[in-house]
Amino acid sequence: MNPVVNVPPTMSTLDRFLFSFFNPDIAGRYWKAIAEGFVTTTWLGVTVIITGLVVGLALAVARAQHVKPLNFCIIVFADVFRALPPLVIIIILFFAFPYIEMAMSAFTATWLSLSLVLAAFAEEIFWAGILAVPKGQWEAARSTGMSRLETLQHVVLPQAVRMTVPPLTNRVMAITKGTALGSVVALHEILNVSSSASSESGNATPLLVGACAYLILFIPFVWFGRWIETRFAWKR
Amino acid sequence: MKQDLPPILELKGLVKSFGALQVLKGIDFSVQPGELAFIIGPSGSGKSTLLRCCNRLEEPDGGSVTVDGIDITAPGVDINRLRQKIGMVFQSFNLYPHMTALGNVTLALRKVQGMDKATADAKGRAALERVGLTDKADAYPNQLSGGQQQRVGIARSLALEPLIVLFDEPTSALDPELVGGVLKVMRELRESGMTMVVVSHEMAFARAAADRVVFMDQGQIVEQGPPEEVFGNPKHARLREFLATLADRH
Repeated sequence: MNPVVNVPPTMSTLDRFLFSFFNPDIAGRYWKAIAEGFVTTTWLGVTVIITGLVVGLALAVARAQHVKPLNFCIIVFADVFRALPPLVIIIILFFAFPYIEMAMSAFTATWLSLSLVLAAFAEEIFWAGILAVPKGQWEAARSTGMSRLETLQHVVLPQAVRMTVPPLTNRVMAITKGTALGSVVALHEILNVSSSASSESGNATPLLVGACAYLILFIPFVWFGRWIETRFAWKR
Repeated sequence: MKQDLPPILELKGLVKSFGALQVLKGIDFSVQPGELAFIIGPSGSGKSTLLRCCNRLEEPDGGSVTVDGIDITAPGVDINRLRQKIGMVFQSFNLYPHMTALGNVTLALRKVQGMDKATADAKGRAALERVGLTDKADAYPNQLSGGQQQRVGIARSLALEPLIVLFDEPTSALDPELVGGVLKVMRELRESGMTMVVVSHEMAFARAAADRVVFMDQGQIVEQGPPEEVFGNPKHARLREFLATLADRH
């Protein structure tokens, strides 16, 4: 059976618009597949955020130890992965790595690519936050016998992280939306599922369902970011 | 002050440069238990650097710094352990803004000395009581006046039961009406027998409370002695000039 549903030629302009973009039959036919894509996107996004932030923070902490060769490597990592488009990294990981015996699934390739890019940005943002904490804070803590690492953990990072929440929230959102890039390696995330459903049915409704799925996913995230900003702000 | 005991702090031939600029040119200086040594001198004379070498916030380039008989510049010393015995109070207070006064005072007790919260809090409250801030334990630094913040800074040093406290221009960032409260706490501390080294411009305090006044200029100790001699009968021309510029200002 041909799944394409043609617009009946007798319809008014408004009805045609509704038929093409807000078609309940089409939405009913594809919502389940899109819901599965929603789960994949959510899962991918969550794992990217956790990996990216943890690695980024670890790199910033390592950089604060002031070991020159290590810092050189961290800076090179951050510069390279901030400069490369995530799509290029996904394509290299998915299509080129099998040749060096390191084949990976579409999910893994997308996860790894976005995590590396987020880690690179997060490292720079955390590092900027660490630098923005006044030197006197280090001196006060060190003068009471705290080690460099203890000072970082209890005095500097709690202040640095507060300052980094707004830029970090924006960066996390931008990179998490990059999960849609998984569609180029046939990952069944929201955009891929809804755009194939859209071509299959010749109707734009699945794309709108997909857009709603993105809103459901990201709006609470925006609110969460705003809540964190007010929660962690303190008056100076 | 106990003259017959070994010094708490002893600097020998201390040398420190920043780039090509030599800021300390071989300092010999010692402080007896219970003594309040008061360092004066024009800006750029090396007073603060001298103080900061005493707990190695600045690494000396040469010479030795001995605290309670231990050379803290020797390779392999546990500087973090030694620093707990050397309190430091800063010009800009440097309180941790994300913690309450009590949190500021107890942080090192809990995280460095591994004290449980109840014990650390009891010690912290006792330290806050010594600086007259019992009722401000739960206040954040931004809720305190500059003078109160500086007293929390002093309490943060005292909580660790130091052998000596270094004061780096403790009242220079304060509004004039808040200076008195901080000086009062320092005076009480001195009367309780604490060994103190103070870099400051509060000459009236030096006259009243110091055992010894040390005049530094261009990286050297030029003259030192009891306050009445240093202020009343200065021997070196540079000290006389310095005191004259201060007198002009007032």
